[in-house]
Amino acid sequence: MKRLWFLIPLAAFLALAVVLAVGLKRDPREVPSPLIDKPAPKFALARLDDANKTVRLEDLKGKAFILNVWASWCVACREEHPILVEFAKKRVVPLYGLNYKDTRPDAGAWLARFGNPYDASFFDEDGRVGLDFGVYGVPETFIVDGNGVIRMKHIGPITPEVLANKIEPLLKKLDA
Amino acid sequence: MKALRAVFGGCLLAASLSLFAKEAAPEAADPALEARMVKITSELRCLVCQNQTIADSNAALAVDLRREARALIKQGKSDAEVVDYMTARYGDFVLYRPPLRATTLLLWFGPALMLAGGAAVLIVVLRRRSRMAADAFDADEELGEEPGAVDAALASTSAGTPGPA
Repeated sequence: MKRLWFLIPLAAFLALAVVLAVGLKRDPREVPSPLIDKPAPKFALARLDDANKTVRLEDLKGKAFILNVWASWCVACREEHPILVEFAKKRVVPLYGLNYKDTRPDAGAWLARFGNPYDASFFDEDGRVGLDFGVYGVPETFIVDGNGVIRMKHIGPITPEVLANKIEPLLKKLDA
Repeated sequence: MKALRAVFGGCLLAASLSLFAKEAAPEAADPALEARMVKITSELRCLVCQNQTIADSNAALAVDLRREARALIKQGKSDAEVVDYMTARYGDFVLYRPPLRATTLLLWFGPALMLAGGAAVLIVVLRRRSRMAADAFDADEELGEEPGAVDAALASTSAGTPGPA
């Protein structure tokens, strides 16, 4: 038994190597949000398509919904857009857009060109609501439950895998 | 002498002003407020270019966060409240000095623990060795069966002749 003592440093080294290897695989750009499982920040924003209509967070409560942060200047948004368009056709939950630091003409033209999957988009011109949601890179996607609590955040473009493995199972759970 | 001092002072002032101008955005109106804002945000990590502070990043997000910091200071918020605003949205990740918590204990004390562990092992090994008898440091028994065997073996290899297989 005593002879095996020399293995202890080796084991310690291997353990450290595994920890560091896992650390290397994690994406440092994905900052965990402190808002998960917290009430979504309150907001009151005009609709993108109608500057005279104000939407508040309270208006959206009652049913789980997806809030997708997008902008016409955001290249990665274009990547995820067809996936959102397809998803919206299924009509699982309301899909809202937070149009982040954009202009109305640009955003409108973008939706006309690539399709509009959103039940409504809210116009966050100066990005203040985005800041309240902890947005730091567009696109970002939030899943909010019927009580207005943020249940999930996805940073970066939505891929079919993320939709099938993370978002849809969560929505099913929230629906049940 | 007085004139020289004035010139020197002027240069210093100009240099510090230009330094200041680099960090501060054009909307800098109140230097005291700006200095406080820079002091707070230079302790905060920008999330877009993660190795820069919010104070010296030119990323759009950092510009926005500086604007928010300025607005909060104008509202009379304390430095801690401005930092709280940031961590409420972006988590402890934005802090260059993470707070001491149960989850950050290893982060704070891990390196010291490792150093202590290494030192403990070294002390144990050295103590054990100092207690060993002197002959423990002699050559192994197999080679030392008869006096002079080691010398003979060394001599044969250094002479270039193949040693016994």
